[in-house]
Amino acid sequence: MSEADKPDDLPPPKPAGKVKPPPLSRSKRQALRRKFLRTVLLTGGVLGAGLSGFLPLVYARKSRLRPPGALDEKHFLSSCIKCGQCVQVCPVEAIRLADLVDGIGVGAPYIDARDQACDFSCDAVQCVLACPTGALAYEKPASFETRPGAQLAAKPILIAKEDDPEPTLNFRERMGVARLTRPEMCLAIKGKGFKGPARGHTFRGKMRYMRINRWKPIPIAEYRYEVEECDLCVRECPIKGAISIETVYAPDGTQRKSPVVHEPCVGCGVCEMICPTEPGSIEIMPREVWRT
Amino acid sequence: MNAILRKRFFEQILVMFGREPKKPEAFSEEAKQIHFVKRTTNKEKLQAAAAHAEAHMNTSHKWRNRRWITLILINLFFVVSYHYDVQILEGALTASRFIGFHLIDLNSALQVMLAHRNIITNLLIGTGTILVLWTLFGGRTFCSWVCPYHLLAEWAEKIHLWLVREKLVVDQPVDRRLRTVFWIVFALLAFATGYTVYEAISPTGIVSRALIYGPGVALLWVLALLAFEVFFVRRAWCRYACPIGLTYGVVGIFSPVRIKYTLEGCFHEGNCRKVCLVPHVLDTVIKGRAVHTEVPIGPDCTRCGLCVDVCPTGSLTYDVKGLSKLL
Repeated sequence: MSEADKPDDLPPPKPAGKVKPPPLSRSKRQALRRKFLRTVLLTGGVLGAGLSGFLPLVYARKSRLRPPGALDEKHFLSSCIKCGQCVQVCPVEAIRLADLVDGIGVGAPYIDARDQACDFSCDAVQCVLACPTGALAYEKPASFETRPGAQLAAKPILIAKEDDPEPTLNFRERMGVARLTRPEMCLAIKGKGFKGPARGHTFRGKMRYMRINRWKPIPIAEYRYEVEECDLCVRECPIKGAISIETVYAPDGTQRKSPVVHEPCVGCGVCEMICPTEPGSIEIMPREVWRT
Repeated sequence: MNAILRKRFFEQILVMFGREPKKPEAFSEEAKQIHFVKRTTNKEKLQAAAAHAEAHMNTSHKWRNRRWITLILINLFFVVSYHYDVQILEGALTASRFIGFHLIDLNSALQVMLAHRNIITNLLIGTGTILVLWTLFGGRTFCSWVCPYHLLAEWAEKIHLWLVREKLVVDQPVDRRLRTVFWIVFALLAFATGYTVYEAISPTGIVSRALIYGPGVALLWVLALLAFEVFFVRRAWCRYACPIGLTYGVVGIFSPVRIKYTLEGCFHEGNCRKVCLVPHVLDTVIKGRAVHTEVPIGPDCTRCGLCVDVCPTGSLTYDVKGLSKLL
């Protein structure tokens, strides 16, 4: 402890400019060279780690469902500050943060609708309100382009607050669009009914049932359905006029019932979450636009 | 005299960006006198020597303990706020809201502004609040008093130093200018690619989010960094890489809170430099280097107080510029 600092124990200053420095000893030169090599090594390491973030972005262009009001993917990734405030305000914990394997999106929020969809039980897209950088926005900046069909024809009406003075949700662009991807499995098309909890007793997803409690979402596993003909996707869709069961004609001319998605669909994913078939018959196409 | 300290003030900014500290050319008259007395006195014979030896026995961890408690409490506050839905401090270290007030980390804000180029009001408010806050509290104070990676690295450093004592590893210092290079590179990357590239590898953000939202694969990168620091380069990330540290260092230039060095009682043993994360800021404690009787420590200092704890003579103390004049 009592070893004293020598008056000058720093390495001699580096040669500056064109002034010829006093010749360094062999060992000093070696030490400097090693230090330089280590510096280069650390530079490469950290930059490599930083750039490796791009890799998953390049080869796995898997589009993810972003929270409501998210800007287009490119803008979303540039503006998201990865703080998770959207995660914190969501009453059904639909929003999760991406991990390292998701590349640059590490820490950016996404929704896995089959596990836990956004059912708007917050009534007011709180995640948008919470976002500090505008990555989630009610209205996106005028200078940003809107993809044709991404814009909703009208502000979506939330069935849960249809009787309120302001029944709409304050956002203008859809998150995606629901699509019946496995019609051969759909119970409605088969003309079958459904009994029991939609996704089994062990399913951990939550949802708000207006007929039970407007302010408290409950586990879906606790709610027993009993329907003659399955219409769970239509029954639980939180958006007015987004989906209905229609009579359609199969190619061979036979009549049957089928869920049909309409223009007001915002792509929240409740239908995907509630669909009782395994795997689900209806899915959200993230970022998909409405095509007529 | 003022000119001498002012010169040092500006030199310390260059030192923060990576220049090696140099032996000063000009000294104040008072400092010259003290240096002369010290050169001509055998300090072992001083009356103070006995008291000094005793002071070495009483090692204190006052500031370290205060700092660790603060750091842990702040990070715990984030966790508790979320898990018990207290809603006082929402978010993570990159951006949060304290009772509704936006707080946004300066470096993250900068990355987003450069990548996104569309700055909304909340982002400006949060950045401004944090800028004012850390200007008041000392800039890199963020590093040692808040950043959770700093605490992990501090513990890793203890292992590293033990291995060094056992002669199992050797610290392999790196050129400090690297941090400035990284700062520029990551700023350019954000601007050019439109992605906040640095945020993907920022151990501060990764650890903060892991604490609040649960661990992920990203922690492997943090572990790799810590292992690198244990076996190869002491405090590699905080010393030579982290752009957040440089950003807050710049804030620290304008901050009134700093460590102050008093020349007179110093025995020039250099224990402070051995515990310091950024020993280049403590070049002034080397015998014959102090330009004045009292020298403020430069902006790259994290105000962690390890040197204050270890100093047996009380030559290093916390100081708020102008406060002593006011009182």
